[in-house]
Order: sequence, then C-alpha cells, then structure tokens
Amino acid sequence: MSAHETASEHTTGHAAGHGVHRNYIKIWGILVVLLAVSVAGPFAGIRLVTLITAFGIALVKAYMVAKNFMHLDVEKPIIRWLMAVALVLMVLMFSGLSPDVMKDHGRNWQKDEGFHPKAAVGHHGAGSDSSHGAQGH
Amino acid sequence: MSVKTIATTRSAMGMPTGRLAIWWVLVSEIVVFGGVLVSYIMHRLAHPEWGEQAAATNLWIGAFNTLVLLTSSLSAVLAHQAAERGNGPRAARLLFATVGGGATFLIVKAFEWTGEITHGFTIQSGGFWSYYYTAAGIHATHVLAGMLIMIWVAMSALKNQELHRVENVGIYWHFVDIVWIFLFPLLYIAK
Repeated sequence: MSAHETASEHTTGHAAGHGVHRNYIKIWGILVVLLAVSVAGPFAGIRLVTLITAFGIALVKAYMVAKNFMHLDVEKPIIRWLMAVALVLMVLMFSGLSPDVMKDHGRNWQKDEGFHPKAAVGHHGAGSDSSHGAQGH
Repeated sequence: MSVKTIATTRSAMGMPTGRLAIWWVLVSEIVVFGGVLVSYIMHRLAHPEWGEQAAATNLWIGAFNTLVLLTSSLSAVLAHQAAERGNGPRAARLLFATVGGGATFLIVKAFEWTGEITHGFTIQSGGFWSYYYTAAGIHATHVLAGMLIMIWVAMSALKNQELHRVENVGIYWHFVDIVWIFLFPLLYIAK
C-alpha cells in the first residue's frame, strides 16, 4: 500500500474494502438475549449455573462485540496479535503476583497477623472490612 | 489555505495511522482495565466475605446500564456504517444517539452511587467497595471521555468531513462497552 492516501479513501476503505455486511440489529438482539440469561442465572440458585451464565456469557458477549462491532475478525492480523500479546503479558504479570495476594504463607515467608483477617464478615456499610490495606506491605 | 493533519492522510502497516493509533490506545487500556479486573478477581477469591458486601449492589441497575451500553454500541456501529456510505449527517445523528446512551449510563450511575453512599457504602467501607468505586469510576471516566470525543467527531461528520474518525471513535466506544460487560458480572452478579 502507498505511504499516503487521501482522506476520502480512508472514509470508504475499511470495512467496505473487506466486504463486511452484517445485520447489526440482529447481533444486538442476540446480545440482549444473552444479557437476559446472565441476569436470570443467579435466580436458579445453583452456583455453577450462576458462574456459567455470568462469566461464560460475558466472554461470549465480549467476543461478539469485538468480532462484529469492532470488526476485529477482518482487521489486519497485526492488530489481533497486538491485542493477544497485551492480554497474555497482563495475565503473566498477574499470575506472578497472585501468590502474594492469594496465599497467606509460602516456603520461606508468611504474612503478618491481620493481613487477611477472615473474621471481618457479617454486616454491610462503613467499616465492614478492615483488612484492606492492612499492614504487611 | 487549509492544512490537513498528516495522521488523516497517511497509512502505516496497511491501515490509516489514525485507526492504528486507536488500537495502540486500546492495547494500553487492556493493561489498565485488565489490571484492575484481574487484581479484583484475585482479591475476591482471597476474600469470600466480599460476597456479602457485593450483595448490596443492585442487579437491576447494573443490568439496565449494560443494556444501555450495548444499545449505544449498536448506534455507534450503525454510525460507522453510515460514514462508510458517505452519509455524514446520518452518522452524526447516530453518534449523538450514542452520546445519549453514554449520558443515560452516567446519570443512572450517579443516582446509584448517591443511594449507596447515603446508605453508608463509601469507597472506605471495605475492600469490595474500594474496588467497586475505583473500577466503575475509571470506567465512567472513559465513558465521559468517549462522549466528548464523539460530540467533536459528530460535529465534523455533520459537514461530511473526516468521516474516518467515526470508525475510530466507535472502536474506542465498543472497547469501553466490553469492559463493562466484564464489570457487570464481577460487581453485580457474583455475590
């Protein structure tokens, strides 16, 4: 592709150039139905169903928006790689950090008393959880 | 003599530089929002008691705002479609509709937060509430920024100018929508 293009070429060149013809209203309808299912899920009272309808459907909805509204499926491969690399690096970083957050002790270390006071349960409102930002950092 | 911004007339890596720049912005946003979300998930798993705090959030308000953002994404992509067909005024109208969706989202959020704060659930009320206000607050800031940029883009589109920007701002808006798609179950359903 040439280094310079006119603005009018940009105006009409992207999705049209990929031959994208989608029924956006139908896609929106599917997203709304999925939203309704994710709202209804918790009323079944089954934890596994709630997890699937909440987070499973969130993944499906995000995929549908990225594919159909952002046109990521017909975007240049380098863009999909950029997104994937950013996601993978983020997950790697937090995977490395997760033991510090989620474990109370390791082979050679242990969190201070009171870092994760599990007892702070039971009522809502101000002061219901004193653990956040506790000592030990 | 009019001056053309070079970013609107040049391509790189096979695409207009403006669109490439938007994708790079989103790469950085993945780290911002991904960091907040993953950090929340880790803390949430380590603190089962946060579920009781999360029980105070209103599922129906969260669901309504999700519907509003999904609908605003529809109008944004229809604006893109109109811009591709060279119909600037229609693209502008659809962008204004998207801005309306963003405004509705923020107004609902304002009432929701007011209710929660008056009931004593402030950002200092505990770990869950710290994340709740931080994540939703950063997201709301992005919604507001998107609305302002969209108004600016729509003003140009009304005159059939710079129509490629309609797609660019749309890509950003859909990303903000995706972030909320994950925030909704994390903050309103997992209790």
